[in-house]
Amino acid sequence: MTYRNPPTTPRKSATFDDYTLSEIRRAAATGIYDIRGAGAKRKLPHFDDLLFLGASISRYPLEGYRERCDTSVVLGSRHARKPIELKIPITIAGMSFGSLSGPAKEALGRGATLSGTSTTTGDGGMTEEERGHSKQLVYQYLPSRYGMNPRDLRRADAIEVVVGQGAKPGGGGMLLGQKISDRVAEMRTLPKGIDQRSASRHPDWTGPDDLEIKILELREITDWEKPIYVKVGGARPYYDTALAVKAGADVVVVDGMQGGTAATQEVFIENVGQPTLACIRPAVQALQDLGMHRKVQLIVSGGIRNGADVAKALALGVDAVSIGTAALVALGDNDPRWEAEYNALGSTAGAYDDWHEGRDPAGITTQDPELMKRVDPIAAGRRLANYLKVMTLEAQTIARACGKNSLHNLEPEDLVALTIESAAMAGVPLAGTSWIPGKNGF
Amino acid sequence: MPANTMSKAERDQSHAHSQASRVFDLSQHSLRELNEALHKLTPGPNETAWEVLNPKGSHSVAVGVDQPVSIDVRGSVGYYCAGMNDGAAITVHGSAGPGVGENMMSGSIVIKGDASQYAGATGRGGLLVIEGNASSRCGISMKGIDIVVHGNIGHMSAFMAQSGNLVVLGDAGDALGDSIYEARLFVRGKVESLGADCIAKEMRPEHLELVQGLLDKAGVIGVKASEFKRYGSARKLYNFNIDNADAY
Repeated sequence: MTYRNPPTTPRKSATFDDYTLSEIRRAAATGIYDIRGAGAKRKLPHFDDLLFLGASISRYPLEGYRERCDTSVVLGSRHARKPIELKIPITIAGMSFGSLSGPAKEALGRGATLSGTSTTTGDGGMTEEERGHSKQLVYQYLPSRYGMNPRDLRRADAIEVVVGQGAKPGGGGMLLGQKISDRVAEMRTLPKGIDQRSASRHPDWTGPDDLEIKILELREITDWEKPIYVKVGGARPYYDTALAVKAGADVVVVDGMQGGTAATQEVFIENVGQPTLACIRPAVQALQDLGMHRKVQLIVSGGIRNGADVAKALALGVDAVSIGTAALVALGDNDPRWEAEYNALGSTAGAYDDWHEGRDPAGITTQDPELMKRVDPIAAGRRLANYLKVMTLEAQTIARACGKNSLHNLEPEDLVALTIESAAMAGVPLAGTSWIPGKNGF
Repeated sequence: MPANTMSKAERDQSHAHSQASRVFDLSQHSLRELNEALHKLTPGPNETAWEVLNPKGSHSVAVGVDQPVSIDVRGSVGYYCAGMNDGAAITVHGSAGPGVGENMMSGSIVIKGDASQYAGATGRGGLLVIEGNASSRCGISMKGIDIVVHGNIGHMSAFMAQSGNLVVLGDAGDALGDSIYEARLFVRGKVESLGADCIAKEMRPEHLELVQGLLDKAGVIGVKASEFKRYGSARKLYNFNIDNADAY
């Protein structure tokens, strides 16, 4: 009997993993970078790495379902004559008509209105569906200025000057030809069917000094009524927040790299910008250094999924959060009921991100008239309202356990971190220690 | 405006001038008062002729006006004068800072002097006339506006211009019409260079007619449409093709 050496188990490279190999093969075959929607999918330090301490001998809790825990927030009280008053500190992020179908935009407006919160337009102008069904609508002022006009500016409840977004700080919008229907083309003043890559810079201002003058113009046009937000991607949160405040913003919106986009290059989404968790404390610090914390409100977005994430963001000093991807999932995005159709598109429920192709089986990221019929705006709006209610109840549960009668009374001292990275980013102690990396010389 | 909603200053001014015209002195009253007064105008009989004195480079003079009134600004203005104008006829008897007439919807704006960067940016309609020169990025991202410049325009003008007409009696700087969509550019003088996907095109009879009409509307005398060359999109970059990557 001959002896055979035992074989080793075939081992795949951690560096050249299956996804990486597939991307190399795809690039070699097509000669073009991969474009997709959504935000960063890589594992990042996130809110899961933080825990609340809860009550103990030194802190007593509030009674659940008995004692009141306030969730309301006012945005835009710095300069605006008509600030926005929200019942919950969770808003719906800007998503364009064009990237989303009309029924999906309507559902977002309905769900937000049922919940006493605001929704936001996107890089495609304001539609009647969303204005009509949104009690409080934030109108984005973007580099492309598609559909921008003074009438919509005046019938908005707030104006959001978009400098960047978390998925692609420094990148402009992208809407490929297959989604440029007649209606989308008309709203954007572009020929039907072309690949529409909107500008990454505003056409008529550059830098913080110009931004200050631009904000003045928007205030003058709207007679100083509307709160003016400035939205930035998670690039340099300390300085971006400070400069937005200097430029006169009422509200600063910071969007981390988990925040979604309708479409951009995969390499951009995964390699540019900072995680949401890393953005919060620098932004709060900038407001505190300027004496503007709670005077200029801070909204953070990018990967907010549940009431714990909301509570943790607020404990770190945020005034409100914003959701995009999670709201789309509540409407029906990536639902397993469409699994066979996702498979036919080479994907699977939960992974489908080719939103730019306009073939979304769930009828949300499409302009196909047949597919969009799958979104019932009333039922989908109800689901979004349910989801927002659950998030709010979850956040209240945690806040009461920490002895807080308002979500906004949560504080960093209520938190510990599970990893050194998250402790350093959030500026809270590593669990079981009093060590905050980077503080006190350590 | 009903007398009982007027401030004392407004009543004084109202008495000092006929009902049809109104003088607003920015050395006496704030910018905010000016713009609010202009926004309070309603359709129908109004103070239809306004005169703004002492602008002294103020930003956002007469922005967001949406009634067909005439406004004469006596002096030079800062950023975004006449921004989002929708129907007014606004004349600046001086020069204008960056972004004059940005996002104009309709109406007309005449700059007697020069204009700084981004003149007429993203404009959707109406006519912007610059009797002097315009700086860089004139007509950037224009979306339907007509712009007539008596003098020269700077670099990167009509960048990503989507729709509308830009008529330049003088010269154009570098990278004219870079990444242009469907806007039409007409230049009488020299073009320093064309931007990505912008090419010279034939002047057909309809273009001669179009330019002549705009010259007439802009009060240009003694210049013929046939003296202009037309530039527009080659439409090669409308749908992404990796073989065109070197164009960017």
